[in-house]
Amino acid sequence: MASYTINVNGKTQTVEADPAMPLLWVLRDKLGLVGTKFGCGVAACGACTVHLDGKVTRACVTQISTVGAQRVMTIEAIGETKTGQAVQKAWLDVDVMQCGYCQAGQVMAATALINANPAPTDKDIDTAMQGNACRCGTYVRIREAIKTAAGVDTKDKREV
Amino acid sequence: MADGNIVTSRRFFLFASAAGGGLMLAGCMTPSDTTDGAPTIAAEPPPPPAPPVDMNVFVAVSTDGTVRIMAKNPEVGQGIKTMLPMLIAEELDADWSKVAIEQANADAKYTGPTLGGGQIAGGSFATPQHWNPMRQVGAATRLMLIQAAAARLGKPVEEFTTEPSIVVHAASNTKIPYGDLVVDAAKLPAPDLATVKLKDAKGYRLIGKSMRNWDSPKIVRGEPIFGIDVKVDGMKYAYYEKAPVFGGTVVSANTAEIKALPGIVDCFVVKQVGNLPTKMGLLDGVAIVADDWWTAKNAASKLKITWDEGVSKDDSTAGFDAKAAELAKGAPGSNLSKVGDAAAALKTAAKTIEGSYVYPFLVHAPLEPMNCTAHAKADGTVEVWAPTQRPDMGANGAFGLIQTALGVEKDKITIHMIRAGGGFGRRLDNDYAVEAAAISKQAGNIPIKLIWTREQDMGHDPYRPGGYHNFKAGLDKNNNLVAFTNHFVTFGRPNASGVLAPLASANSPPQEFPANYVPNHSYDQSIMTGGMPTGPLRAPTSNAVCFAHQSFIDEVAHAAGKDPLAFRLELLNLPVPTGANRTGMNAARMADVVRVVGERSGWANRASLPKGAGMGVAFYFSHQGYFAQVAKVKVEQNGQWRVLKVWCVGDVGSTIINPTNAHNQVQGSIVDGISEMHQKITFDKGRTVQQNFYDMPLLRMDYAPQIDSHFHISANSPTGLGEPALPPVLPAVANAMFAATGKRIRVLPVAQSELRWS
Repeated sequence: MASYTINVNGKTQTVEADPAMPLLWVLRDKLGLVGTKFGCGVAACGACTVHLDGKVTRACVTQISTVGAQRVMTIEAIGETKTGQAVQKAWLDVDVMQCGYCQAGQVMAATALINANPAPTDKDIDTAMQGNACRCGTYVRIREAIKTAAGVDTKDKREV
Repeated sequence: MADGNIVTSRRFFLFASAAGGGLMLAGCMTPSDTTDGAPTIAAEPPPPPAPPVDMNVFVAVSTDGTVRIMAKNPEVGQGIKTMLPMLIAEELDADWSKVAIEQANADAKYTGPTLGGGQIAGGSFATPQHWNPMRQVGAATRLMLIQAAAARLGKPVEEFTTEPSIVVHAASNTKIPYGDLVVDAAKLPAPDLATVKLKDAKGYRLIGKSMRNWDSPKIVRGEPIFGIDVKVDGMKYAYYEKAPVFGGTVVSANTAEIKALPGIVDCFVVKQVGNLPTKMGLLDGVAIVADDWWTAKNAASKLKITWDEGVSKDDSTAGFDAKAAELAKGAPGSNLSKVGDAAAALKTAAKTIEGSYVYPFLVHAPLEPMNCTAHAKADGTVEVWAPTQRPDMGANGAFGLIQTALGVEKDKITIHMIRAGGGFGRRLDNDYAVEAAAISKQAGNIPIKLIWTREQDMGHDPYRPGGYHNFKAGLDKNNNLVAFTNHFVTFGRPNASGVLAPLASANSPPQEFPANYVPNHSYDQSIMTGGMPTGPLRAPTSNAVCFAHQSFIDEVAHAAGKDPLAFRLELLNLPVPTGANRTGMNAARMADVVRVVGERSGWANRASLPKGAGMGVAFYFSHQGYFAQVAKVKVEQNGQWRVLKVWCVGDVGSTIINPTNAHNQVQGSIVDGISEMHQKITFDKGRTVQQNFYDMPLLRMDYAPQIDSHFHISANSPTGLGEPALPPVLPAVANAMFAATGKRIRVLPVAQSELRWS
């Protein structure tokens, strides 16, 4: 056990944890931020996607001892950012959700994509979102919602 | 049709005096489930609600006009929490902006033949079973509000109408909001559900309009609404290790050593209670309880358990494949169905075609791993927060398993049905729920949240069974199909009478198309013993059998030199053969969707596609739904392939209740079906080989096709959409790959076939 002080959603938090404890479980079980989801534990599904200093990060394989001074942003606070709010609104307007379990991770990945690339193409979306699995298969709507949030033409322009 | 199954009687639903409160959801989950639905995103503190007045078990109206509607069925992503309340709200004529939907607990008061049956997410039954009852509940509630207004104004009931959440008396220009009438209305006797008048469809204000998934605002904000998010005061976290071989038992374990580790609250062996032929209940294992889940899971790396691996320890996919090949060569174990004399017809046929199809076991793998929170209390009651599809379904429901394992009566068990992160049939079984309850009890009656790892989920699933189909078909000199046979090889175990019977979902239906269309058919079956647990995966049986049958029909069409779509229409148009008895599928409805999908997809122009691109067609009837699909695929010369687009036409009756969700289910089914073409579960030394999403892949964004989803409206009562759009996508894609490359996909996953071309 060791003591770690991390910045989560703009707030400084101190937790006692095993150095190897993944950030995911620090967020969920120690800080009560359960919006970040457990899906696989091996960075193979994207359900646990958070931002570290704005970059897409899989919290399930990020040990607490490696977080340091990086700012952690989770789904609970993404709506406080302009892009995050636009992405959340687009997700509702397009009615993306089925079970919804992957969608926190999808929203986090989509927000990071638009922050880095305000007008993503279909290829950009394919690349950026490949790490986020949706078991319900809502990809058609995720693609449309990302374009809606970015304010670009929502037509799927991939080869038919 | 479905409506014929719904029995109505004068015994309606319970009333305010008898119903009790029922307003509070799981006490652990805040904020209240009743406050959102508005499109705003920022979470604002809601005003203190006016107390609701129960009109019946489903509807409560507050004096401020809020209409609370209970959603009776489990929500797993199929949209039922939004849709069933829409049916009530439509006939109640409730203002949707003032509706608050609340998830019901598992409770018999919401069930019964007049109320649409039990609380289950399965079989795509919810729509056909609730279409009348939920509308009747709404209409009866509305009538009570009108009766209260009529009594107040001293006018005949017939003079009243409603606008959303307002009773209107036009003659006196009087409008009374529902909230002003509810106290009086709730005292009135219940109208007869069987005779209450329903709206004409032309008057619908909600049905047929797209209503957003009710919980979506909470989902995009990351609010705690899933089973894995449940928190109960004093709760600890549990990890549970079971035998790697199905049905193995614990001989010994180093529990004292684990218990001494830092952060560990408890560690103990849990023993199976009762006989579990399905292997889906409380099986032997070792529980680790800790202050957080990762600490419990991390300690498991130090577990040393000696298992008795039991009778299944030598099961392997290689062994099953060899046995299946041997059985296919021999005489079949039994005949499932026959019409005419297929053997004779094959002998005299001008041309015969043979094809053997194989599909693997599959795992459900909903994205939210199995979990359950339970508190077996010292007073002998048990409270459970379960993301389950089937809380109450005999011995295998959560109630039944907990009753058996903990020795408690059903009335001592409370089950909160918590939104599940996907079901796909996995959560029809309740093994995780009984494990959580048993661990809570054995840990000293403390509340615990059990979470499985993904590896445990892959290793302990009620798998979709693999299967082997060995087809023969005969064409006459005019290329008419005259004979069709199948020797189906499947998995089973001895039933109560000692007879080898197929495992759950391991059957092939005796009426499978083209049985009862072709003049001579014979379907036979042979069974080998398998020790693995199996169960229904979304569109059970259909998701497997459809691939085999609709692919082989394609082979026959090509052998006959016929357009595969036109050939299907030709078969659907065949007269009923002598001795045949057609049940289930209506050929005319199916022919309609096949024709329409041909038109929408531009099927007639497919000859202009370049080599490496192709279109394929398939249809399927399941869960009362009629679906035809055309897939367009591209296969690169190096064998890489992608589905570019799928056109889907479905006939699920007269009314698409919530179009946005209906199309979402179709889109998801298509992606799910393509995903299944990449997946397999195999066994070795009695264990599941695949571990996680790196060796059991889910389709990703870049491989998801464009989708054209269309509903063909017919004059039939509405039916469900959780499943029937899935089965045809697999053969449609496989048939398209044949069109693109000339290579027939007879084995799944597709990766087992060589697809390179030059």
